[in-house]
Amino acid sequence: MTEVRSYYGRPVIKEPVWQPEIPWYFFTGGLAGASSILSLVARLGGNEELAKKSLYIGAAADVVSPVLLISDLGRPERFLNMFRVFKVTSPMSVGSWILMVSGGASSTAALLEATGRLKPVKYLAELVAALSGGPLSVYTATLVSDTAVPVWHEARLELPFLFGSSALASAGAASAMAVAPGEAGPARRLAVGAAIVENVVMQAMEKRLGMLAEPYHEGEAGKYAKLAKACSLGGAALLGLAGRRSRAAAGAGGALLLAGEAALRWSVFKAGFQSARDPKYTVVPQRERAQAG
Amino acid sequence: MSTLTYGEEAKERVGFFTDTSVCIGCKACEVACKEWNLVPEDGMVWTGESYDNTSELGANTWRHVTFIEQNEPLHAPADGGDSGEVDALRWLMSSDVCKHCTHAACLDVCPTGSLFRTEYGTVVVQEDICNGCGYCVPACPFGVLDKRHIPRPSGDPPAEILGLQLGKEDGRVWKCTLCYDRLKGGHEPACAKACPTDSIQFGPLDELRERAEQRLGKLQAENWNGARLYGHDPDDGVGGFGAFFLLLDEPEVYGLPPDPVVTTRDLPEMWRTAAIAVGAVVAGVLAAFVGGSQ
Repeated sequence: MTEVRSYYGRPVIKEPVWQPEIPWYFFTGGLAGASSILSLVARLGGNEELAKKSLYIGAAADVVSPVLLISDLGRPERFLNMFRVFKVTSPMSVGSWILMVSGGASSTAALLEATGRLKPVKYLAELVAALSGGPLSVYTATLVSDTAVPVWHEARLELPFLFGSSALASAGAASAMAVAPGEAGPARRLAVGAAIVENVVMQAMEKRLGMLAEPYHEGEAGKYAKLAKACSLGGAALLGLAGRRSRAAAGAGGALLLAGEAALRWSVFKAGFQSARDPKYTVVPQRERAQAG
Repeated sequence: MSTLTYGEEAKERVGFFTDTSVCIGCKACEVACKEWNLVPEDGMVWTGESYDNTSELGANTWRHVTFIEQNEPLHAPADGGDSGEVDALRWLMSSDVCKHCTHAACLDVCPTGSLFRTEYGTVVVQEDICNGCGYCVPACPFGVLDKRHIPRPSGDPPAEILGLQLGKEDGRVWKCTLCYDRLKGGHEPACAKACPTDSIQFGPLDELRERAEQRLGKLQAENWNGARLYGHDPDDGVGGFGAFFLLLDEPEVYGLPPDPVVTTRDLPEMWRTAAIAVGAVVAGVLAAFVGGSQ
């Protein structure tokens, strides 16, 4: 390995200034987006109970999300400045618009569902929420990849799939908890399948990252990663094996899985900070590139 | 980068050439910058790192003088072999600053349009628009920008009216403006004006690049150890710096990235990957219904 030189061991780039609201938003945003899709597909498939519950879950997560984001701003009273412009070069700009559309649509649909009014408007709102749900559950990966943070930028090919599958696992788990086992089949299958895919994606990502995988299993990020793996796989197993017969098992499995998905977001978040803090993760890959090039 | 949108109001692109071979570490640039731009003090710590207690660029430090003590000869032996005798100490000093990149990641990722390209080709934060989202902070490949964490100044009427300002930190990001106000008035930036050795040179970027090549040629002819230009090449990962350097060692020794690349260079690939992932997410939900809807 190349010898690492630095200025008194100080970082080259700045650590992000984002607060705990942000990893929680990764979780709620993913939950909201994936739940909206789940709801529409359940509606089209004739599972009204699943459609209704996942619509409510999605809307609730969609309402919490902007509160978290505004709370993280240095100047919360200026949150509307997010809508001064639309910039394709800024995933945060694109994401703000996606969240506004998705949140507006899912909360409208949930309100009309609860009151039983304006059916055509409700269907339209459900459609819009589902269409914006995919982008909502994935764009946060693009947002963190589009930085100079080594373990985020270099993981740009895997993170959207990691965040996407994590979103699906949380949506499946939440609905499997809320819906009676007899009607929660698709939610359970979604949760179990997505949890497996997510762990496979994580393995593939770490393998490709090489030295840059270190922050993902060291320090706080490593603790969250272990927790994520144990909870997501444990929750998926419980949900898959006993969730059909026992409401209690579905509840416990779903809760475990949700905890795992939150831990996964925290792991990725913390790994970014850890890689920014240590100059070697910035300098070594660049030095090797410069010498090769 | 383009100042084309300014039409007839576009000005010649200007910048800095910081020639560290003549920097004497006086920190006049740091002081002049603080005074002119009303940059607040943010505490004093003793680092034990040579004469540097400022440590890094940030919200409250827009010029930062690095001090590096090395047991290296100032001049390499003419034959390129081992020098045998070593000068007691080589003391490297360099005044770091925002690079005003041709392709600026901070500007690209800013979701509010607060960061903008001026008619001089420089990159500036509009503080009346910045909402402190913090995206530019980890986007900058040089760690230039940061959020200001000290208490807010008074006189922000909307916040005061809403009672949101009490005890709150400033919360916005701040960085070098290349003295946008002074440029407007036909003056050179405060740091360049104050520099007693002309280590910091201000001017049209094309001229500065020529001058830097000549200077490098002279130092190389005199066998200066490790002399190199950094950020002068318009074909590098950020399209060349608006503020570039003549260094006497590898960039990382000064805390600078050896091969910076603007993160948004890979954004088309990132959006494509995201689109495929969205498709996978929808397919995942559909797959869950394959075994029936109940």
